[in-house]
Amino acid sequence: MNQIMKTTVKNMKITLHVWRQKNPKAAGSFSTYVVEDVSPDSSFLEMLDQLNETLIEKGEEPVTFDHDCREGICGSCGMVVNGVPHGPKARTTTCQLHMREYSDGAELWIEPWRATAFPVLKDLLVDRSAFDRIISAGGYVSVNTGSPRDANETPVQKSDADLAFDAATCIGCGACVAACPNASAMLFTSAKITHLGLLPQGQVERKERALGMVNQMESEGFGGCTNHGECEAACPKGIRMDFIARMNRDFISASLS
Amino acid sequence: MSAQQLSFYQTTLGKKVVMAISGVILIGFVLGHMAGNLQIFLGPEKLDAYAEFLHSMPALLWGTRIVLLVSVFAHFLSAFSLWKLNKAARPQAYAKQVSQATTYAARTMRWGGVIVLLFIVYHLLHLTVGAPVAGYEIVHGKVYDNVVNGFSNPAIAGFYIIAQACLGLHLYHGTWSLMQTLGFNHDKYNHLRRNIACGVSLLITIGNISIPVSVLTGCLS
Repeated sequence: MNQIMKTTVKNMKITLHVWRQKNPKAAGSFSTYVVEDVSPDSSFLEMLDQLNETLIEKGEEPVTFDHDCREGICGSCGMVVNGVPHGPKARTTTCQLHMREYSDGAELWIEPWRATAFPVLKDLLVDRSAFDRIISAGGYVSVNTGSPRDANETPVQKSDADLAFDAATCIGCGACVAACPNASAMLFTSAKITHLGLLPQGQVERKERALGMVNQMESEGFGGCTNHGECEAACPKGIRMDFIARMNRDFISASLS
Repeated sequence: MSAQQLSFYQTTLGKKVVMAISGVILIGFVLGHMAGNLQIFLGPEKLDAYAEFLHSMPALLWGTRIVLLVSVFAHFLSAFSLWKLNKAARPQAYAKQVSQATTYAARTMRWGGVIVLLFIVYHLLHLTVGAPVAGYEIVHGKVYDNVVNGFSNPAIAGFYIIAQACLGLHLYHGTWSLMQTLGFNHDKYNHLRRNIACGVSLLITIGNISIPVSVLTGCLS
């Protein structure tokens, strides 16, 4: 006998302190809003949508935040919620965070990623094009175009393929930078360097890749790594700090040769 | 931002390599220094003879001192430069920031390092130069007596003990960090890195603290 348990879920009242900033040059500050009638089953971004609807109805400017897939795979969304990038749930992007993580009456502080290299464009939206420039500086492999190559034409050791894939799951959301006390982008950059450096196709440009990507990362104004491990804890994809050691080794050996 | 070509030392990664290599040299010295000092438990003759033996090779003695001085200088300068770069990378602090992974040792690296540096200056003035900083007369060559006289004063012994605890914390995070910085990374051995760091820092802290504690408790007199 299958009976669906019907429970009456009480909707919640949430108090938000949201960082509002008109443009990159303006000084920002926190504004406080109370969002009534929030379903515990709504996602964090849906709760913000709800806030924005009420703001628009009142003729106020809605809160700007970045989002795209809302499936946890594009890396667009991201905000620091009560001091933790992407909120309190481990390995979860803001869009996959649900309001049931909070209790009725919760008070939340919502801030943008804070880093010199990620200037705030508006409210919670930051410019993360620094990551694109790091990728352009070496995060690729050059292959001949034409018809597809046969599968398994180039053998790759299973353990290497698995590790490369682990590194490749980085979605470039920037939570590592946001969580790092030095706003360092080492976890991101090392994930890309590891991902390509482990595969045979990535060997040709391995040295130039390490030199180019590190040089670009440093030029963008990200800080250095002090091995606190905050990046690893904040990463929604579980990218590991071991990759930073791999990047360091590639960079040092490329610098020496 | 179009990237200018940075030199190795202009990158935070390069500065960290300088910190790691100077750190390895300093850890090596601290281990050797501790091993030498522990001869205090073999009695005054042994320790004083060891000091005389070191002074009988001025080239090696001064060579070592110069290497150490350069290492401390390089370590301090790159730390200062990294601190400035890291501060510039996040000019605006979060209204709320909650740590999820860091350790006490990691968070106290900078100030712990400054305390260790101040300790080194005091320690050199006290027992190497023999300057009147400890309130009693230092007799050159009488190493055992100088140490025991000093640590009989609980204030001096206490300062040495606190400084060694700071050094231990500094070395715990430093040893593990330098392996990460220099790229010592292998899936088979990575779990050992924390243990090695813990072992090195505990060995040095306990070894060094054993001397003032032994004097305070009357085991050495």
